[in-house]
Amino acid sequence: MNELISIIMSKLNYWIYIVLMMIGLYAMIAKKNLVKKIIGMNILQTAVILFFISLGAKNKATIPIIIHGHAAESHAIQATDYINPLPHVLMLTAIVVAVATLGVALALVIKVFQQYQTLEEDEILAQLKDE
Amino acid sequence: MIWQIELVVLLIVIICGIGAITVKDLLGAAILFGAYSFMMCLLWAIMGAVDVAFTEASVGAGISTVLFVATVFRTSRRTKD
Repeated sequence: MNELISIIMSKLNYWIYIVLMMIGLYAMIAKKNLVKKIIGMNILQTAVILFFISLGAKNKATIPIIIHGHAAESHAIQATDYINPLPHVLMLTAIVVAVATLGVALALVIKVFQQYQTLEEDEILAQLKDE
Repeated sequence: MIWQIELVVLLIVIICGIGAITVKDLLGAAILFGAYSFMMCLLWAIMGAVDVAFTEASVGAGISTVLFVATVFRTSRRTKD
């Protein structure tokens, strides 16, 4: 039992990533409300960002800013002292893309509400069948 | 990384995520999603990704919550699930 707990705790971020991704996928598939589906999409996107940030994290390392930057040429820089900044840069782009998709999706939801006076997927499908 | 703080923040993240998709009121869901985003931002500050943390705090938590609240006020708060 102790071994199982230590195995889970050593890779805790990745387990949480799987749980969050499944929560988002469940909300996108099973929820009938359109705003709930969009919340699920955002949870899924932040889960992917959590996975990438966890790839770059290190124990006993500092944030990726070089200490004594002006005299940096006088001594070698140890890469193991710094957290890997490459996943951070990729995920900055992913956050901006997430907000852009969120804005477009919410604008489409507002247009759908003006057309059908409801946000529920089954009611919209019933109205489409009646026409 | 201090694993006790990280464990607590990860649990709050999961609770806020489940709450945001189960609560029966869209305004409450939007606010819970904002709390989820701020906890995620705290998590990235703990993991040393400070640039991602403040981008998430301003863009992810701030603007996303404003967009959700604006959409809820322009449409309806009613939800069945």
